[in-house]
Amino acid sequence: MRAELRAIGALGARSIRNTFRYPRYLGPILIFPTLFLAVNTGGAGGAIDLPGFPEVHGFLDFQLAAGILQASLLAAVMGGTGLALDIELGFTDRLLAAPIRRPTIVLGRLAATFALGMFAAIWFLAIGFAFGAIVKGGVLGVIFVILFGGLTATAFGGIASAIALKSGTASVVQGMFPLVFVILFVSSAFFPAELMQEPSQTIAHYNPVSLVATGIRGPVVSGLRASDTLDGLLGLAIIGGLGFVLSAWGLRARLRAS
Amino acid sequence: MSALALELSTIGVLMRRALNEILRVPGAAIPGILAPSLFMLGLTGAFGALTELTGFSTESYISFILPVSLMQAAGFAGAATGVNTVRDIELGWFDRLYLAPTPRPALLAGIVLSAGFRALLPMTAVLAIGLLLGAHWPGVPGLLIAILLALTFSAVSASWTVGLALRFRTQAAAPLMQASMFIAVLFTTSYAPLELLTGWLQTVASINPVTQVVEGVRQGFVEGVSFAGTWPALVVLAVLLGLTFAFALRGLATTGR
Repeated sequence: MRAELRAIGALGARSIRNTFRYPRYLGPILIFPTLFLAVNTGGAGGAIDLPGFPEVHGFLDFQLAAGILQASLLAAVMGGTGLALDIELGFTDRLLAAPIRRPTIVLGRLAATFALGMFAAIWFLAIGFAFGAIVKGGVLGVIFVILFGGLTATAFGGIASAIALKSGTASVVQGMFPLVFVILFVSSAFFPAELMQEPSQTIAHYNPVSLVATGIRGPVVSGLRASDTLDGLLGLAIIGGLGFVLSAWGLRARLRAS
Repeated sequence: MSALALELSTIGVLMRRALNEILRVPGAAIPGILAPSLFMLGLTGAFGALTELTGFSTESYISFILPVSLMQAAGFAGAATGVNTVRDIELGWFDRLYLAPTPRPALLAGIVLSAGFRALLPMTAVLAIGLLLGAHWPGVPGLLIAILLALTFSAVSASWTVGLALRFRTQAAAPLMQASMFIAVLFTTSYAPLELLTGWLQTVASINPVTQVVEGVRQGFVEGVSFAGTWPALVVLAVLLGLTFAFALRGLATTGR
Protein backbone atom coordinates (compact mmCIF):
# COMPACT_ATOMS: atom_id res chain seq x y z
CA MET A 1 0.00 0.00 0.00
CA ARG A 2 2.80 2.37 0.96
CA ALA A 3 4.63 1.54 -2.27
CA GLU A 4 1.47 2.31 -4.27
CA LEU A 5 1.09 5.66 -2.53
CA ARG A 6 4.74 6.43 -3.22
CA ALA A 7 4.23 5.61 -6.90
CA ILE A 8 1.11 7.80 -7.06
CA GLY A 9 3.05 10.61 -5.37
CA ALA A 10 6.00 10.27 -7.76
CA LEU A 11 3.80 10.20 -10.86
CA GLY A 12 1.73 13.12 -9.56
CA ALA A 13 4.85 15.18 -8.78
CA ARG A 14 6.18 14.44 -12.28
CA SER A 15 2.93 15.66 -13.85
CA ILE A 16 2.91 18.84 -11.76
CA ARG A 17 6.56 19.56 -12.61
CA ASN A 18 5.79 19.17 -16.32
CA THR A 19 2.83 21.54 -16.08
CA PHE A 20 4.81 24.27 -14.33
CA ARG A 21 7.90 23.74 -16.48
CA TYR A 22 6.05 24.51 -19.72
CA PRO A 23 3.92 27.69 -19.58
CA ARG A 24 1.93 26.47 -22.60
CA TYR A 25 0.35 23.88 -20.28
CA LEU A 26 -0.39 26.27 -17.42
CA GLY A 27 -1.48 29.19 -19.63
CA PRO A 28 -4.81 27.77 -20.80
CA ILE A 29 -5.74 26.75 -17.25
CA LEU A 30 -5.25 30.22 -15.81
CA ILE A 31 -5.03 32.90 -18.53
CA PHE A 32 -8.26 32.30 -20.47
CA PRO A 33 -10.49 31.71 -17.43
CA THR A 34 -9.02 34.84 -15.83
CA LEU A 35 -9.70 36.92 -18.94
CA PHE A 36 -13.17 35.45 -19.12
CA LEU A 37 -13.79 36.27 -15.47
CA ALA A 38 -12.68 39.85 -16.10
CA VAL A 39 -14.96 40.29 -19.12
CA ASN A 40 -17.96 38.56 -17.52
CA THR A 41 -17.67 40.66 -14.37
CA GLY A 42 -17.32 43.99 -16.15
CA GLY A 43 -19.63 43.17 -19.04
CA ALA A 44 -22.54 41.56 -17.25
CA GLY A 45 -22.05 43.19 -13.83
CA GLY A 46 -25.34 45.07 -14.21
CA ALA A 47 -27.14 41.72 -13.96
CA ILE A 48 -27.31 41.98 -10.16
CA ASP A 49 -30.02 44.63 -10.69
CA LEU A 50 -32.23 42.16 -12.57
CA PRO A 51 -35.38 41.08 -10.74
CA GLY A 52 -34.84 37.58 -9.36
CA PHE A 53 -31.05 37.78 -9.20
CA PRO A 54 -29.91 36.32 -5.86
CA GLU A 55 -28.72 38.65 -3.12
CA VAL A 56 -24.92 38.90 -3.55
CA HIS A 57 -22.15 41.20 -2.35
CA GLY A 58 -21.06 41.75 -5.95
CA PHE A 59 -21.13 40.12 -9.37
CA LEU A 60 -17.46 39.19 -9.02
CA ASP A 61 -18.34 37.09 -5.97
CA PHE A 62 -20.98 35.31 -8.06
CA GLN A 63 -18.58 34.76 -10.98
CA LEU A 64 -15.71 33.33 -8.91
CA ALA A 65 -17.31 29.87 -9.01
CA ALA A 66 -17.42 30.09 -12.82
CA GLY A 67 -13.71 30.92 -12.99
CA ILE A 68 -12.79 28.09 -10.63
CA LEU A 69 -15.00 25.60 -12.49
CA GLN A 70 -13.62 26.63 -15.86
CA ALA A 71 -10.00 26.38 -14.69
CA SER A 72 -10.65 23.04 -12.96
CA LEU A 73 -12.23 21.58 -16.07
CA LEU A 74 -9.35 22.83 -18.21
CA ALA A 75 -6.88 21.37 -15.69
CA ALA A 76 -8.68 18.05 -16.15
CA VAL A 77 -8.33 18.30 -19.93
CA MET A 78 -4.64 19.18 -19.58
CA GLY A 79 -4.19 16.16 -17.29
CA GLY A 80 -5.83 13.93 -19.89
CA THR A 81 -3.65 15.47 -22.59
CA GLY A 82 -0.55 14.73 -20.51
CA LEU A 83 -1.61 11.11 -20.10
CA ALA A 84 -2.23 10.81 -23.85
CA LEU A 85 1.22 12.28 -24.55
CA ASP A 86 2.73 9.70 -22.20
CA ILE A 87 0.96 7.00 -24.21
CA GLU A 88 2.15 8.49 -27.52
CA LEU A 89 5.75 8.70 -26.29
CA GLY A 90 5.75 5.18 -24.86
CA PHE A 91 6.15 6.22 -21.22
CA THR A 92 2.88 4.52 -20.24
CA ASP A 93 4.07 1.24 -21.80
CA ARG A 94 7.11 1.36 -19.53
CA LEU A 95 4.84 1.96 -16.54
CA LEU A 96 2.70 -1.00 -17.57
CA ALA A 97 5.84 -3.14 -17.44
CA ALA A 98 6.77 -1.79 -14.00
CA PRO A 99 5.81 -3.68 -10.80
CA ILE A 100 2.98 -1.29 -9.88
CA ARG A 101 -0.77 -1.75 -10.01
CA ARG A 102 -2.28 -0.46 -13.28
CA PRO A 103 -4.79 1.97 -11.72
CA THR A 104 -1.81 3.72 -10.09
CA ILE A 105 -0.90 5.12 -13.54
CA VAL A 106 -4.25 6.92 -13.72
CA LEU A 107 -4.34 7.79 -10.02
CA GLY A 108 -0.92 9.44 -10.25
CA ARG A 109 -2.18 11.68 -13.03
CA LEU A 110 -5.39 12.42 -11.10
CA ALA A 111 -3.37 13.36 -8.00
CA ALA A 112 -1.66 16.04 -10.07
CA THR A 113 -5.01 17.17 -11.50
CA PHE A 114 -6.37 17.46 -7.94
CA ALA A 115 -3.41 19.67 -6.98
CA LEU A 116 -3.87 21.82 -10.11
CA GLY A 117 -7.59 22.22 -9.36
CA MET A 118 -6.75 23.44 -5.85
CA PHE A 119 -4.11 25.77 -7.28
CA ALA A 120 -6.71 27.20 -9.69
CA ALA A 121 -9.14 27.78 -6.81
CA ILE A 122 -6.44 29.58 -4.80
CA TRP A 123 -5.57 31.67 -7.89
CA PHE A 124 -9.18 32.80 -8.39
CA LEU A 125 -9.77 33.41 -4.70
CA ALA A 126 -6.64 35.60 -4.66
CA ILE A 127 -7.93 37.56 -7.67
CA GLY A 128 -11.33 37.83 -6.00
CA PHE A 129 -9.85 39.17 -2.76
CA ALA A 130 -7.63 41.60 -4.70
CA PHE A 131 -10.68 43.05 -6.47
CA GLY A 132 -12.97 43.26 -3.45
CA ALA A 133 -14.80 39.93 -3.28
CA ILE A 134 -15.59 38.46 0.11
CA VAL A 135 -16.10 34.84 1.13
CA LYS A 136 -19.07 34.81 3.48
CA GLY A 137 -18.11 31.36 4.78
CA GLY A 138 -14.89 32.76 6.26
CA VAL A 139 -11.72 30.70 6.53
CA LEU A 140 -13.66 27.44 6.51
CA GLY A 141 -15.48 28.63 3.40
CA VAL A 142 -12.16 29.32 1.68
CA ILE A 143 -10.97 25.80 2.54
CA PHE A 144 -14.22 24.33 1.18
CA VAL A 145 -13.87 26.26 -2.09
CA ILE A 146 -10.25 25.13 -2.54
CA LEU A 147 -11.17 21.51 -1.85
CA PHE A 148 -14.10 21.70 -4.26
CA GLY A 149 -11.72 23.09 -6.92
CA GLY A 150 -9.45 20.08 -6.50
CA LEU A 151 -12.30 17.57 -6.41
CA THR A 152 -13.95 19.08 -9.50
CA ALA A 153 -10.71 18.80 -11.47
CA THR A 154 -10.28 15.20 -10.29
CA ALA A 155 -13.86 14.20 -11.15
CA PHE A 156 -13.56 15.58 -14.68
CA GLY A 157 -9.99 14.29 -14.85
CA GLY A 158 -11.41 10.77 -14.70
CA ILE A 159 -13.40 11.42 -17.88
CA ALA A 160 -10.41 13.06 -19.60
CA SER A 161 -8.18 10.15 -18.57
CA ALA A 162 -10.69 7.68 -19.99
CA ILE A 163 -10.62 9.48 -23.34
CA ALA A 164 -6.81 9.56 -23.24
CA LEU A 165 -6.60 5.83 -22.45
CA LYS A 166 -9.13 4.86 -25.09
CA SER A 167 -7.78 7.09 -27.89
CA GLY A 168 -4.11 7.27 -26.94
CA THR A 169 -3.94 10.56 -28.85
CA ALA A 170 -3.36 13.99 -27.31
CA SER A 171 -5.22 15.83 -30.07
CA VAL A 172 -8.39 13.85 -29.34
CA VAL A 173 -8.26 14.85 -25.66
CA GLN A 174 -7.56 18.46 -26.62
CA GLY A 175 -10.73 18.30 -28.70
CA MET A 176 -12.54 18.38 -25.36
CA PHE A 177 -11.67 22.08 -24.92
CA PRO A 178 -14.80 23.37 -26.71
CA LEU A 179 -16.85 20.80 -24.80
CA VAL A 180 -15.74 22.43 -21.54
CA PHE A 181 -17.36 25.67 -22.62
CA VAL A 182 -20.53 23.94 -23.79
CA ILE A 183 -20.87 22.14 -20.44
CA LEU A 184 -20.34 25.39 -18.53
CA PHE A 185 -22.64 27.52 -20.69
CA VAL A 186 -25.53 25.11 -20.14
CA SER A 187 -25.07 25.12 -16.38
CA SER A 188 -25.64 27.75 -13.71
CA ALA A 189 -21.89 28.44 -13.57
CA PHE A 190 -22.16 31.88 -15.19
CA PHE A 191 -25.71 32.93 -14.36
CA PRO A 192 -28.61 31.84 -12.13
CA ALA A 193 -30.48 29.07 -13.94
CA GLU A 194 -33.85 30.77 -13.31
CA LEU A 195 -32.73 33.82 -15.32
CA MET A 196 -31.24 31.88 -18.22
CA GLN A 197 -32.97 31.60 -21.58
CA GLU A 198 -34.44 28.42 -22.98
CA PRO A 199 -33.26 25.78 -23.80
CA SER A 200 -30.18 26.56 -21.66
CA GLN A 201 -32.38 26.99 -18.57
CA THR A 202 -33.90 23.51 -18.78
CA ILE A 203 -30.55 21.86 -19.52
CA ALA A 204 -28.94 23.76 -16.62
CA HIS A 205 -31.52 22.31 -14.22
CA TYR A 206 -30.45 18.75 -15.12
CA ASN A 207 -26.73 19.43 -15.62
CA PRO A 208 -24.69 18.05 -12.67
CA VAL A 209 -22.19 20.89 -13.21
CA SER A 210 -24.90 23.23 -11.88
CA LEU A 211 -24.80 21.27 -8.61
CA VAL A 212 -21.02 21.61 -8.45
CA ALA A 213 -21.36 25.34 -9.17
CA THR A 214 -23.72 25.62 -6.21
CA GLY A 215 -21.23 23.78 -4.01
CA ILE A 216 -18.42 26.17 -4.93
CA ARG A 217 -20.52 29.35 -4.97
CA GLY A 218 -22.39 28.71 -1.74
CA PRO A 219 -19.50 29.38 0.68
CA VAL A 220 -18.65 32.58 -1.24
CA VAL A 221 -22.06 34.25 -1.61
CA SER A 222 -24.14 32.75 1.22
CA GLY A 223 -21.78 31.23 3.78
CA LEU A 224 -21.46 27.58 4.69
CA ARG A 225 -24.76 25.77 4.20
CA ALA A 226 -25.25 22.03 4.33
CA SER A 227 -27.65 22.11 1.36
CA ASP A 228 -25.09 23.79 -0.95
CA THR A 229 -22.33 21.41 0.14
CA LEU A 230 -24.54 18.37 -0.38
CA ASP A 231 -25.56 19.64 -3.83
CA GLY A 232 -21.91 20.09 -4.72
CA LEU A 233 -20.94 16.65 -3.46
CA LEU A 234 -23.85 15.06 -5.32
CA GLY A 235 -22.71 16.72 -8.56
CA LEU A 236 -19.15 15.55 -7.96
CA ALA A 237 -20.34 12.02 -7.19
CA ILE A 238 -22.26 11.87 -10.50
CA ILE A 239 -19.36 13.23 -12.58
CA GLY A 240 -16.68 11.36 -10.61
CA GLY A 241 -18.64 8.10 -10.79
CA LEU A 242 -18.93 8.47 -14.55
CA GLY A 243 -15.21 9.25 -14.75
CA PHE A 244 -14.34 6.19 -12.62
CA VAL A 245 -16.39 3.80 -14.77
CA LEU A 246 -15.06 5.27 -18.02
CA SER A 247 -11.45 5.23 -16.76
CA ALA A 248 -11.69 1.58 -15.75
CA TRP A 249 -13.09 0.79 -19.18
CA GLY A 250 -10.40 2.89 -20.88
CA LEU A 251 -7.62 1.24 -18.89
CA ARG A 252 -8.89 -2.20 -19.82
CA ALA A 253 -9.00 -1.15 -23.48
CA ARG A 254 -5.45 0.23 -23.23
CA LEU A 255 -4.15 -2.95 -21.63
CA ARG A 256 -5.76 -4.98 -24.37
CA ALA A 257 -4.18 -2.70 -26.99
CA SER A 258 -0.76 -3.02 -25.32
CA MET B 1 6.29 41.27 -66.59
CA SER B 2 6.28 44.68 -64.87
CA ALA B 3 7.33 45.00 -61.24
CA LEU B 4 3.77 45.73 -60.16
CA ALA B 5 2.38 42.74 -62.03
CA LEU B 6 5.04 40.53 -60.42
CA GLU B 7 4.11 41.78 -56.96
CA LEU B 8 0.41 41.25 -57.63
CA SER B 9 1.18 37.78 -58.90
CA THR B 10 3.12 36.99 -55.69
CA ILE B 11 0.23 38.21 -53.56
CA GLY B 12 -2.15 36.08 -55.61
CA VAL B 13 0.02 32.97 -55.26
CA LEU B 14 0.32 33.36 -51.51
CA MET B 15 -3.46 33.84 -51.22
CA ARG B 16 -3.97 30.79 -53.41
CA ARG B 17 -1.70 28.79 -51.07
CA ALA B 18 -3.88 29.79 -48.11
CA LEU B 19 -6.97 28.74 -50.04
CA ASN B 20 -5.34 25.38 -50.78
CA GLU B 21 -4.74 24.87 -47.06
CA ILE B 22 -8.43 25.46 -46.39
CA LEU B 23 -9.54 23.14 -49.18
CA ARG B 24 -7.06 20.35 -48.41
CA VAL B 25 -7.44 20.40 -44.62
CA PRO B 26 -11.09 21.43 -44.13
CA GLY B 27 -11.03 19.99 -40.59
CA ALA B 28 -8.62 22.75 -39.58
CA ALA B 29 -11.45 25.26 -40.05
CA ILE B 30 -13.67 23.55 -37.46
CA PRO B 31 -12.19 25.22 -34.32
CA GLY B 32 -12.53 28.62 -36.03
CA ILE B 33 -16.23 27.97 -36.61
CA LEU B 34 -16.91 26.18 -33.34
CA ALA B 35 -15.40 28.71 -30.93
CA PRO B 36 -17.34 31.85 -32.00
CA SER B 37 -20.55 29.84 -32.55
CA LEU B 38 -20.38 28.30 -29.07
CA PHE B 39 -19.58 31.70 -27.64
CA MET B 40 -22.61 33.25 -29.34
CA LEU B 41 -25.03 30.48 -28.34
CA GLY B 42 -23.63 30.09 -24.83
CA LEU B 43 -23.68 33.76 -23.99
CA THR B 44 -27.16 34.21 -25.43
CA GLY B 45 -28.45 31.38 -23.25
CA ALA B 46 -26.64 32.57 -20.13
CA PHE B 47 -26.74 36.35 -20.34
CA GLY B 48 -29.82 36.88 -22.54
CA ALA B 49 -31.72 38.44 -19.64
CA LEU B 50 -29.36 41.44 -19.74
CA THR B 51 -31.62 42.95 -22.42
CA GLU B 52 -34.16 43.58 -19.63
CA LEU B 53 -31.81 46.17 -18.11
CA THR B 54 -32.89 49.77 -18.67
CA GLY B 55 -30.86 51.32 -21.48
CA PHE B 56 -30.08 48.11 -23.37
CA SER B 57 -30.15 48.91 -27.08
CA THR B 58 -32.09 45.83 -28.29
CA GLU B 59 -34.49 43.20 -27.00
CA SER B 60 -32.65 40.43 -28.84
CA TYR B 61 -29.39 39.45 -27.17
CA ILE B 62 -28.38 37.20 -30.05
CA SER B 63 -28.60 40.23 -32.37
CA PHE B 64 -26.34 42.09 -29.94
CA ILE B 65 -23.77 39.32 -29.58
CA LEU B 66 -23.71 38.02 -33.19
CA PRO B 67 -21.49 40.90 -34.41
CA VAL B 68 -19.03 40.15 -31.59
CA SER B 69 -18.85 36.54 -32.75
CA LEU B 70 -18.25 37.74 -36.31
CA MET B 71 -15.36 39.83 -35.02
CA GLN B 72 -14.06 36.84 -33.05
CA ALA B 73 -14.25 34.63 -36.14
CA ALA B 74 -12.31 37.27 -38.10
CA GLY B 75 -9.81 37.85 -35.28
CA PHE B 76 -9.11 34.16 -34.73
CA ALA B 77 -8.75 33.60 -38.50
CA GLY B 78 -6.13 36.34 -38.48
CA ALA B 79 -4.44 34.75 -35.47
CA ALA B 80 -4.42 31.40 -37.32
CA THR B 81 -2.45 33.13 -40.07
CA GLY B 82 0.14 34.13 -37.46
CA VAL B 83 0.29 30.59 -36.07
CA ASN B 84 0.71 29.17 -39.59
CA THR B 85 3.51 31.67 -40.25
CA VAL B 86 5.38 30.39 -37.19
CA ARG B 87 4.89 26.84 -38.48
CA ASP B 88 6.32 27.94 -41.85
CA ILE B 89 9.27 29.55 -40.07
CA GLU B 90 9.93 26.42 -37.98
CA LEU B 91 9.74 24.18 -41.06
CA GLY B 92 12.12 26.41 -43.02
CA TRP B 93 9.57 27.28 -45.73
CA PHE B 94 9.67 30.94 -44.79
CA ASP B 95 13.44 31.11 -45.41
CA ARG B 96 12.77 30.17 -49.02
CA LEU B 97 10.41 33.13 -49.33
CA TYR B 98 13.27 35.43 -48.32
CA LEU B 99 15.28 34.19 -51.26
CA ALA B 100 12.52 35.05 -53.72
CA PRO B 101 13.13 38.17 -55.85
CA THR B 102 10.01 39.80 -54.42
CA PRO B 103 9.74 42.93 -52.28
CA ARG B 104 8.94 42.07 -48.68
CA PRO B 105 5.79 44.26 -48.53
CA ALA B 106 4.34 42.10 -51.32
CA LEU B 107 5.17 38.92 -49.37
CA LEU B 108 3.51 40.34 -46.29
CA ALA B 109 0.47 41.57 -48.24
CA GLY B 110 -0.07 38.09 -49.64
CA ILE B 111 0.06 36.51 -46.19
CA VAL B 112 -2.12 39.18 -44.57
CA LEU B 113 -4.77 39.20 -47.31
CA SER B 114 -5.00 35.42 -47.14
CA ALA B 115 -6.50 35.89 -43.66
CA GLY B 116 -9.60 37.16 -45.44
CA PHE B 117 -10.04 33.74 -47.08
CA ARG B 118 -9.67 32.05 -43.73
CA ALA B 119 -12.19 34.41 -42.13
CA LEU B 120 -14.92 34.00 -44.76
CA LEU B 121 -15.81 30.42 -43.82
CA PRO B 122 -16.27 30.88 -40.04
CA MET B 123 -17.96 34.25 -40.56
CA THR B 124 -20.49 32.73 -42.96
CA ALA B 125 -21.19 29.87 -40.55
CA VAL B 126 -21.61 32.16 -37.54
CA LEU B 127 -23.84 34.52 -39.50
CA ALA B 128 -26.03 31.67 -40.77
CA ILE B 129 -26.41 30.16 -37.28
CA GLY B 130 -27.19 33.55 -35.73
CA LEU B 131 -29.78 34.49 -38.34
CA LEU B 132 -31.40 31.03 -38.16
CA LEU B 133 -31.73 31.39 -34.39
CA GLY B 134 -33.49 34.71 -34.60
CA ALA B 135 -30.92 37.49 -34.94
CA HIS B 136 -32.26 40.52 -36.75
CA TRP B 137 -31.59 40.69 -40.50
CA PRO B 138 -29.30 43.72 -40.85
CA GLY B 139 -30.35 44.54 -44.42
CA VAL B 140 -27.99 44.35 -47.39
CA PRO B 141 -26.09 47.58 -46.55
CA GLY B 142 -25.75 46.53 -42.89
CA LEU B 143 -24.51 43.09 -43.90
CA LEU B 144 -22.01 44.43 -46.43
CA ILE B 145 -20.62 46.94 -43.94
CA ALA B 146 -20.37 44.25 -41.25
CA ILE B 147 -18.50 41.91 -43.61
CA LEU B 148 -16.17 44.65 -44.88
CA LEU B 149 -15.27 45.76 -41.36
CA ALA B 150 -14.81 42.23 -40.02
CA LEU B 151 -12.66 41.18 -42.98
CA THR B 152 -10.48 44.25 -42.55
CA PHE B 153 -10.18 43.36 -38.87
CA SER B 154 -8.95 39.90 -39.86
CA ALA B 155 -6.18 41.63 -41.87
CA VAL B 156 -5.30 43.72 -38.78
CA SER B 157 -5.21 40.57 -36.68
CA ALA B 158 -3.07 38.78 -39.28
CA SER B 159 -0.58 41.68 -39.47
CA TRP B 160 -0.28 41.80 -35.69
CA THR B 161 0.15 38.05 -35.24
CA VAL B 162 2.55 37.70 -38.19
CA GLY B 163 4.59 40.48 -36.53
CA LEU B 164 4.59 38.44 -33.32
CA ALA B 165 5.46 35.29 -35.25
CA LEU B 166 8.49 36.98 -36.81
CA ARG B 167 9.71 38.11 -33.41
CA PHE B 168 9.12 34.96 -31.35
CA ARG B 169 9.66 32.41 -34.17
CA THR B 170 8.15 29.60 -32.06
CA GLN B 171 4.69 28.05 -31.83
CA ALA B 172 4.86 28.65 -28.08
CA ALA B 173 3.77 32.21 -28.97
CA ALA B 174 0.39 30.94 -30.24
CA PRO B 175 -1.45 31.53 -26.92
CA LEU B 176 -0.17 35.12 -26.95
CA MET B 177 -1.61 35.63 -30.44
CA GLN B 178 -4.98 34.17 -29.48
CA ALA B 179 -5.10 35.96 -26.13
CA SER B 180 -4.39 39.34 -27.73
CA MET B 181 -7.35 38.84 -30.09
CA PHE B 182 -9.52 37.70 -27.18
CA ILE B 183 -8.68 40.89 -25.29
CA ALA B 184 -9.02 43.18 -28.32
CA VAL B 185 -12.54 41.98 -29.14
CA LEU B 186 -13.98 41.26 -25.70
CA PHE B 187 -12.62 44.25 -23.78
CA THR B 188 -15.12 46.38 -25.68
CA THR B 189 -18.88 46.82 -25.57
CA SER B 190 -19.08 43.11 -26.39
CA TYR B 191 -21.54 42.10 -23.63
CA ALA B 192 -23.53 45.29 -23.09
CA PRO B 193 -23.75 48.93 -24.20
CA LEU B 194 -21.01 51.18 -22.78
CA GLU B 195 -23.31 52.80 -20.18
CA LEU B 196 -24.19 49.39 -18.74
CA LEU B 197 -20.62 48.11 -18.39
CA THR B 198 -19.29 48.24 -14.86
CA GLY B 199 -16.01 49.22 -13.23
CA TRP B 200 -12.74 49.13 -15.11
CA LEU B 201 -14.22 47.49 -18.22
CA GLN B 202 -16.24 50.63 -18.95
CA THR B 203 -13.03 52.69 -18.91
CA VAL B 204 -11.09 50.15 -20.98
CA ALA B 205 -13.92 49.76 -23.51
CA SER B 206 -14.23 53.54 -23.92
CA ILE B 207 -10.53 53.85 -24.87
CA ASN B 208 -10.17 50.55 -26.75
CA PRO B 209 -10.30 51.50 -30.46
CA VAL B 210 -11.78 48.10 -31.36
CA THR B 211 -14.98 49.22 -29.59
CA GLN B 212 -15.65 51.48 -32.60
CA VAL B 213 -15.25 48.52 -34.95
CA VAL B 214 -17.58 46.32 -32.86
CA GLU B 215 -20.18 49.11 -32.87
CA GLY B 216 -19.74 49.55 -36.63
CA VAL B 217 -20.30 45.85 -37.28
CA ARG B 218 -23.23 45.79 -34.84
CA GLN B 219 -25.18 48.83 -36.07
CA GLY B 220 -27.19 47.01 -38.75
CA PHE B 221 -28.18 44.23 -36.36
CA VAL B 222 -29.55 46.45 -33.57
CA GLU B 223 -30.73 49.76 -35.03
CA GLY B 224 -29.79 50.86 -38.52
CA VAL B 225 -26.81 51.74 -40.66
CA SER B 226 -25.59 55.32 -40.66
CA PHE B 227 -22.53 57.18 -41.85
CA ALA B 228 -21.96 58.38 -38.27
CA GLY B 229 -21.90 54.76 -37.10
CA THR B 230 -19.54 53.65 -39.86
CA TRP B 231 -16.79 56.21 -40.32
CA PRO B 232 -15.21 55.86 -36.83
CA ALA B 233 -14.81 52.12 -37.48
CA LEU B 234 -13.23 52.76 -40.89
CA VAL B 235 -10.79 55.32 -39.45
CA VAL B 236 -9.82 53.00 -36.58
CA LEU B 237 -9.27 50.07 -38.93
CA ALA B 238 -7.18 52.18 -41.32
CA VAL B 239 -4.94 53.33 -38.47
CA LEU B 240 -4.69 49.86 -36.90
CA LEU B 241 -3.93 48.24 -40.25
CA GLY B 242 -1.22 50.81 -40.95
CA LEU B 243 0.39 50.32 -37.54
CA THR B 244 0.20 46.53 -37.44
CA PHE B 245 1.37 46.20 -41.06
CA ALA B 246 4.37 48.41 -40.24
CA PHE B 247 5.01 46.24 -37.14
CA ALA B 248 5.00 43.07 -39.25
CA LEU B 249 7.06 44.68 -42.00
CA ARG B 250 9.66 45.74 -39.46
CA GLY B 251 9.83 42.13 -38.23
CA LEU B 252 10.21 40.95 -41.81
CA ALA B 253 12.94 43.49 -42.53
CA THR B 254 15.00 42.65 -39.45
CA THR B 255 14.64 38.88 -39.71
CA GLY B 256 17.79 37.08 -40.86
CA ARG B 257 20.11 40.01 -40.27
